[in-house]
Amino acid sequence: MGITDILVTGEPIIYAAMVSIALVSIAIPVLLTYFKKWGWLWREWLTTVDHKKIGVMYILSALLMLFRGGMDALMMRVQLAFPDLGFLDSQHYNEIFTTHGTVMIIFMAMPFLIGLMNIIVPLQIGARDFAFPWLNAMSFWSFFIGAMLFNISFVIGGSPDAGWTSYTPLSGAALSPGPGQNFYLMGLQLSGIGTLATGINLMVTILKMRAPGMKLFHMPIFTWSTLVTCFIIVFAFPILTVALALLTIDRIFGAHFFTLTAEGLPMMWANLFWMWGHPEVYIVILPAFGIFSEIIATFAKKRLFGYHAMVWSMIIIALLSFLVWVHHFFTMGAGAFVNSVFSISTMLIAVPTGVKIFNWLATLYKSKIEFTVPMLWSLAFIPSFILGGVTGVMLGMAAADYQFHNSYFLVAHFHYVLIAGTVFACFAGLVFWYPKMFGHKMNERLGKWAFWIFFFGFHVCFFPQYFLGLDGMPRRLFITNVVEWLPLNVISTVGAFGMGLGFIVFVYNVYYSFRHAEREKTGDSWNGNGRTLEWATTTPVPFYNFATVPYVDEIDPYVRMKEEGKTTYDESQLKPIHMPSYKATPIIMMAFLGLASFGLVFEWMPVAIFGLIGGVAVMILRSFDYDDGYYVSVEEIKRIERKARGL
Amino acid sequence: MAAEELKTGPLEYRTQEGRMTILGFWIFLAAEVVLFATLFATYAVLYGRTADAPTPMELFEPGIVLVMTFLLLTSSFTCGLAIHQMRRGNVKGLMTWMIVTLALGFGFLGFEIYEFVHYVHEGASLTSSAYWSGFFVLAGTHGLHVTLGTGWAILLLIQIARRGLTNVTSRKFFIISLYWHFLDVIWIFIFTCVYLIGMVI
Repeated sequence: MGITDILVTGEPIIYAAMVSIALVSIAIPVLLTYFKKWGWLWREWLTTVDHKKIGVMYILSALLMLFRGGMDALMMRVQLAFPDLGFLDSQHYNEIFTTHGTVMIIFMAMPFLIGLMNIIVPLQIGARDFAFPWLNAMSFWSFFIGAMLFNISFVIGGSPDAGWTSYTPLSGAALSPGPGQNFYLMGLQLSGIGTLATGINLMVTILKMRAPGMKLFHMPIFTWSTLVTCFIIVFAFPILTVALALLTIDRIFGAHFFTLTAEGLPMMWANLFWMWGHPEVYIVILPAFGIFSEIIATFAKKRLFGYHAMVWSMIIIALLSFLVWVHHFFTMGAGAFVNSVFSISTMLIAVPTGVKIFNWLATLYKSKIEFTVPMLWSLAFIPSFILGGVTGVMLGMAAADYQFHNSYFLVAHFHYVLIAGTVFACFAGLVFWYPKMFGHKMNERLGKWAFWIFFFGFHVCFFPQYFLGLDGMPRRLFITNVVEWLPLNVISTVGAFGMGLGFIVFVYNVYYSFRHAEREKTGDSWNGNGRTLEWATTTPVPFYNFATVPYVDEIDPYVRMKEEGKTTYDESQLKPIHMPSYKATPIIMMAFLGLASFGLVFEWMPVAIFGLIGGVAVMILRSFDYDDGYYVSVEEIKRIERKARGL
Repeated sequence: MAAEELKTGPLEYRTQEGRMTILGFWIFLAAEVVLFATLFATYAVLYGRTADAPTPMELFEPGIVLVMTFLLLTSSFTCGLAIHQMRRGNVKGLMTWMIVTLALGFGFLGFEIYEFVHYVHEGASLTSSAYWSGFFVLAGTHGLHVTLGTGWAILLLIQIARRGLTNVTSRKFFIISLYWHFLDVIWIFIFTCVYLIGMVI
């Protein structure tokens, strides 16, 4: 296979992408060498096992992926608003909607939320790191390398083009030959390992490392949402692992799970995919609910209304999420009885979700609301998400779904829940906890601009799509020069560019705040309104998080701590703190496994085997590594805390 | 990361790290249950879809599968004995019974490979039909787990020979014993749902 067979050729957009990728890949090493930052990068970031740094890397990667997925979206919108322009051809359009969906769900939404969990959950429960810091680093690198593997398909080998759901038989070897679908399979498989490991890791962290006295029903609501999400991850991700593996075995080794020949069952893929895929939707929405709950309680300056009801509704949502997968393919012909059962279970989910909505409203009721940027995102979420939820119930009615299925009505629905839910929460959570991560807040004025532009852009973009769907416009359609659809499509595209502009303002705000924002002096950054333990730490958070872990026996412990003048630094209680050492093995191991996956994508077995052997060798090295970490001495803790607290 | 160490109880449970690692492994096993459940479901859905390949009734024979079952179940028992010796503080007993476990595991793998080769010769391979794809991937995933388990046990034997019984080494052996018993449970389901049912219908 020559180099010209591997590189994608013949498209100006792809040539532009190649040039920019080449420039960036040259620029990064040159800059690192020029500023002599290689050692710093390796020692401080690439080998880190600190949950806060790993969280920052997750969020930065997720923002990068949001940019990539957003570019895909804008290209699609240009094509749909100006169908006669010939901007994209059909093949390219198929590739772009495929990568848009996959990147946004797997490589943007989940890593963003996992990044926030990484940073905040240990701080909220009074822990000094994850239960398994090494495993946490491995998870990050498996996600990152999986994401990179998926993204290089754009210029090497060709992108997958069978939709983010990758339905068989279309995605099988017979109808999608070549490496494109393999990139999808291996990229997701690799990052899926990391997600599963993170699920286990966070679950053990939350169950075993809480501050003394903190019972499960004393935990902050974001930690609760993380715990419930981890249960979904542990029980849903193995299904994806198997589904991806079976399709890989079909494509590369000639098995017949999903083929049309030898009595394979293509419809089994849809079942397996959505048995993971529907719980996956709740993996990205439950943490969002947790973030909004924290923010609403903080800026309404009240204890969250109905804390127990909030927790139980999350648990019920998690259980129901495993019982609704068939609603993604009511039209496949499972029969009236099966469809009715799944229709009812789908609509049942609206009940606990409604409970949550009313609890947020009740928290806001008669409170003195402070309209900060995170609060604006949270307040915008409630009505926007309801629009998405109500149309979800409409889609859940099996008989009516025959009309809505595969139309823009569906596209509008899931963007309303995923953007108004997950993306708003990511922005809100990032702004809210930004001072804990970087030691300064984001500029409020720019933040409000970003919010309003993105918010209006979002509604202008997706609200018309409900009507496009009702007018019969199918999703994943490349030619749309039907006169009746055109005006709404143009409006939608304008909205999409609005969202793009909002994102640019948001990113500019990161830079602006880095340069100009006032540095935080106290840990309790939001005018002293913090309610949970993460605000009790100093800013920036010391690498061991808590010098002394407070005793907690209530919800919102920091409120009382402030009244009683307690802190997380009690000099009489200081003991040496045990911390894990930084390790290079996670990144090296995942690099080898990434190489193995790359080999499998092109079905170059020697490369795959070499990578696999390398990965296993690093695992063996790890097994023989008995390094138990090190202790931070009491003197050093005193020095750090006195400096941070100005004592 | 608490460093306090209990003075009583099994070695592997004395440190916070040990307790957390064992809980984490139990959760991992829960994920493994889902993984195998999905494979069993796939197998069940594809049952009977043999296309032009031979049917399982024509190929499955009780003899060799019974021997494999006997080997693996016995290995689970000897693995339990190894942990019993570990709890008594007997490193030599632990190593002896673990080596017996390994030998039984290799025996199982040998018969499984022989069995697979035999089926392929009879015209039933991964690529011959949907049913056989399901069979080979389900049984093969179990076999792959056993293979990984044997490699892992060898690594742990080297470590215990070097370091003796500590909180860490006993934790590692306790966890591999959980893994090994888990594979035994999966095999009982494969034996019943795949081989026994396959022989009669």
